[in-house]
Amino acid sequence: MLRLPSFEVIAPETLEDAVAALARPGARVIAGGTDLLPNLKHRLDTPPRLVSVQRIADLRGIVRRPDAVAIGAAVTLAELSADPDIAALFPSLAQAAGVVASPPIRNMATIGGNIHLDTRCRYVNQSAFWRSAIHGCLKADGEVCHVVPGGQRCVAAMSADCVPALITLDAEIVLVGPRGTRTVRLVDYYRNDGTAHIKKDADEIMSEVRLPIPTGPTRATYVKWTVRQSIDFPLLSVALRFDLAPAAGDSVGDPGDARRAKIAAAKVCVGVLNARPRVLHTDRLIGRELGDDAVIDELCASIYQRCRPLENVPYEAPYRRKMLPVYTRRAMTQLVSSAGVG
Amino acid sequence: MGDFRKRGDGRDEAGGPHWLLGRAHRKIDAAERMRGMVRYTDDLALPNMLHGKIKRSPHPHARIVAIDTEAALAMPGVYAVVTGRDMPIPYGIIPWTPDENALCVDKVCHVGDGVAAVAAIDEDTAIAACDAIAVEYAPLPAYFDPDQALAADLAINPYAKKGNLSKHVKLEFGAVDEQLAAAELVIEDDYFFEGTNHAAIEPHCALASVEASGVLTVWSATQVSHYLHRALARVLELPEHRVRVIQPPLGGAFGGKSEPFDLEFCVAKLAMLTGRPVKILYTREEVFYSHRGRHPMKMRYRAGFNRDGAIMAVDAETTIDGGAYSSFGLVTTYYSGQLLCAPYAFPAYRFDSTRVYTNKPACGPKRGHGSVQPRFAMECQLDKAAAALGIDPIELRRRNALGADSATVNEFAVGSNGFLECLARVEERSDWRQRYGQLAYGHGLGVAGSTYISGTNYCIYPNDMPQAAVQITLDRSGRARVFTGANDIGQGSSTMLAVITAEELGLDLSDVRVVAADSDLCPIDLGAYSSRITLMVGNACLAAARALRERVCAAVARAWEVAPERVGLRARQALDRDDPARAMSLAEAFVCAESEHGLLTAVGNYDTPKDRHGSYRGGTIGASPAYSFTAHVAEVVVDAETGVVTVEQVWVAHDCGKALSPRIVEGQMEGSVYMGLAEALMEQHLVDPAHGGVHAGPSLLDYRIPTFIDTPEIHSLIVEHPDAQGPYGAKEAGEGPLHPIIPAIANAIYDAVGVRMNATPFSPPRVLAAIEAQRSDDAADRALARRGRGSSALDDSQGVA
Repeated sequence: MLRLPSFEVIAPETLEDAVAALARPGARVIAGGTDLLPNLKHRLDTPPRLVSVQRIADLRGIVRRPDAVAIGAAVTLAELSADPDIAALFPSLAQAAGVVASPPIRNMATIGGNIHLDTRCRYVNQSAFWRSAIHGCLKADGEVCHVVPGGQRCVAAMSADCVPALITLDAEIVLVGPRGTRTVRLVDYYRNDGTAHIKKDADEIMSEVRLPIPTGPTRATYVKWTVRQSIDFPLLSVALRFDLAPAAGDSVGDPGDARRAKIAAAKVCVGVLNARPRVLHTDRLIGRELGDDAVIDELCASIYQRCRPLENVPYEAPYRRKMLPVYTRRAMTQLVSSAGVG
Repeated sequence: MGDFRKRGDGRDEAGGPHWLLGRAHRKIDAAERMRGMVRYTDDLALPNMLHGKIKRSPHPHARIVAIDTEAALAMPGVYAVVTGRDMPIPYGIIPWTPDENALCVDKVCHVGDGVAAVAAIDEDTAIAACDAIAVEYAPLPAYFDPDQALAADLAINPYAKKGNLSKHVKLEFGAVDEQLAAAELVIEDDYFFEGTNHAAIEPHCALASVEASGVLTVWSATQVSHYLHRALARVLELPEHRVRVIQPPLGGAFGGKSEPFDLEFCVAKLAMLTGRPVKILYTREEVFYSHRGRHPMKMRYRAGFNRDGAIMAVDAETTIDGGAYSSFGLVTTYYSGQLLCAPYAFPAYRFDSTRVYTNKPACGPKRGHGSVQPRFAMECQLDKAAAALGIDPIELRRRNALGADSATVNEFAVGSNGFLECLARVEERSDWRQRYGQLAYGHGLGVAGSTYISGTNYCIYPNDMPQAAVQITLDRSGRARVFTGANDIGQGSSTMLAVITAEELGLDLSDVRVVAADSDLCPIDLGAYSSRITLMVGNACLAAARALRERVCAAVARAWEVAPERVGLRARQALDRDDPARAMSLAEAFVCAESEHGLLTAVGNYDTPKDRHGSYRGGTIGASPAYSFTAHVAEVVVDAETGVVTVEQVWVAHDCGKALSPRIVEGQMEGSVYMGLAEALMEQHLVDPAHGGVHAGPSLLDYRIPTFIDTPEIHSLIVEHPDAQGPYGAKEAGEGPLHPIIPAIANAIYDAVGVRMNATPFSPPRVLAAIEAQRSDDAADRALARRGRGSSALDDSQGVA
């Protein structure tokens, strides 16, 4: 069996105590541990102390406010995918949380952990012995990139299922640290550098993610492809969200046949390309009918044009690129005929 | 042996219904397994036990210049460090190719080859000590492709002949070239079967302890205790009687634990050096380096048919990628040809198989050793012939069936043969006639058949002793103890012996204690491989149980003053067949017999027939006392836009002769389908030549095997054609049912979308590429047709004369 390095575990009961514990050198947050512990077994990090959020009750609730839903960082993916408010208001998030890995992992893994999932690469997520045989890489124990020969910037893949969905839902996260509390739009949170892909200071901890409740009708979905029906990280992932303006003749707030509803706003986010989730510009779709075949064609063409998967995760990149529009089209077809929200 | 073997009709020897045989039994270890109470090797801990770790090579091929162990030995908590020089005697599972050392002596031959081992106070210290060992390597050129390796000047393995040839076998039966020339249809194609690992959930683990008596005891997760015992004695230079090998319960093996591994020698040597018990547990990564999985095979097949679909000749040329060591390679090379000659009769056959050493983890036997790959090629060939001739693929197979009490083209004698019934069962249950070739685009059915051996007639090392022996003891408490060397690897062999013993003696299964695979307590058995145990050990057990039954019945008859034939044993009682009112408990019956004979003990031996194989050199290899037969129909849905293949249902009909324990047989059939399905759709045991031959993903996250959700509905249909050679007619069920699933899926893909998948795995990118290539072919055909130059598949590509 692979062995964990030894570390101290601190299990504070309040967020304040957690922040204080994180101020100690080398401390890292652990929630469900489903990402962190395998990475520690692979010796991708050897933190001397882990600060567990397990006993911080304040991080474990889903709170519906008039204009937003706040999800505590330690809410598990199983809880999130089963929550009726989330399913009703943010079905794409419920979908995404419900297809992460496998049921036992979703029972442990948290939304905070998924947002902070380390980037993944076939040349990184291996044992220390394995990496030593290839003399390491930019992200771990080395100087070169094995995915992009000559590359100077790590392209390990953002592989969290929930992140593309959250970005299209305009999520904000709240970070608490010794210098106070700040709120960051998730879309601005990621860098295109697989070695440091999140803009969180080491002594900060995420307390919650906030999702604004849509004010009008929306349609949103999340689609991922994996080889197996369970366990696997996504090999491609797309989140879609459309705000709809009612079509002429329909009552306000009820778009009736979504096919004929006009797109008021569109958000598309693609994962598993490189370190940063890719947000696509969709202004050209605004004002057009959601069910217009040309809209779907343009969206699929645009995704194909602008998203170039790399050989950082298994299965050939050209195949995964070709599949992006295929799965996007299927998601769109399902989405226009779904009941949706609002 | 007596007439009882001819009985497979559900009746006991005296004509009454079976007491236990053929009923649904729980495995005798089911409760401890399901309750998490079973103690696997890694669950064992001894006082003062040390933990070992093996340092492994990061190079695919390199000379070992120097190993400096000083810093490691100086670390607190480190008790011993050994290198290859401490165990220089080589070994090998096949006596003619002892090409492995416990740890590499002069050079390493693949990434992950062991170079040193440490015993320390705990695993973390052992790992740190391995890191502190400095090994100086002089890298050598490495060969990852068999063709390159064959052409190379540098030999990877000391047993390499010209280039890196490991074994070459060419055998020819009948007039192949004449038959092919006369054939009305010749199907010729290239196939590739990817290498795959066994992926048993329990990694290899071994624990060794030197007793005060000087006896070295090794507990190991092995499926071949006896061969391990011999190798330990040889390498450690101990007399065999000073070595004891115990096999604790296993968490899967599938052929992956059927030869000695480095950790077994290392724990033993380290225990001898330190005087303390030492344990090593592989990581999953180490399991992949130790490998011994299915060989990648590159196969070129030509098969000739007449207009009615009769096979005229088969000509096969196969390149086998062996990895760095020989393992069972001699046998694999023979099996790649020898096991193809049933269930179909054909008058001419040639195979030319070449195994090659490469700088990769060594390949070996995996469930269906050596014959799963050629079976894939052969069954695809038959499907192509059926399509070209316009004959239903099941009908084509039926026309070619070999039949019972027959001889194959390579001179193997076949006894019972239920293949036609297997075909009929899957045909009926899958609604084949109504659905084959008639489902919507993207939805298809495919069929394939196969055969497999029930053990081999000759032992790995030549000797004149019986192939199997069992000892049974009864005692006055009304219990039986069965002593067997057979390795229960989860296939249920200990339950099988309990069932036979209980059936013969009228005991309940819970009254039978099976003491298995402890070399100090049990008669020697050769191990769990080549599907030998039910037939061989089962026969030995039956002989012993029958001898005891006779003694018990005779004693009871004397007490009752009746003829012994009147006494029956069942339901924990001795019964008077002619006077249902008269009975005594089995415990009393055993007391009667023990009073008369003393301790009730009997042995049974079994040896294979020596007249059922070919008369040519190599003609013994692959010959078996009895052959199982299987047919599969797979139903698939192919997503033509993504190339994703979903297997919806599988019907598997398997002739196991007689199902002694039907639920276990069904479990073997389902497990076989699952395992083959994984190879068909997902598995790829690859190294990365661009990165110095590292394994492409040595974890169960990256090495994908299906989950429960990915597993189709499997309909297991037991077919029983009792064989005179098997106990109650029983033949194997553990390996045969795997073979057809891979070609059945390939053939179903053809029915669904009209493309031929000639290389495993049928992964989405490959299936999609095939569909796209077909579309561009179709487009080209249409373009040609517009110019008035139509082409027909039968005329052009299939070469009809």
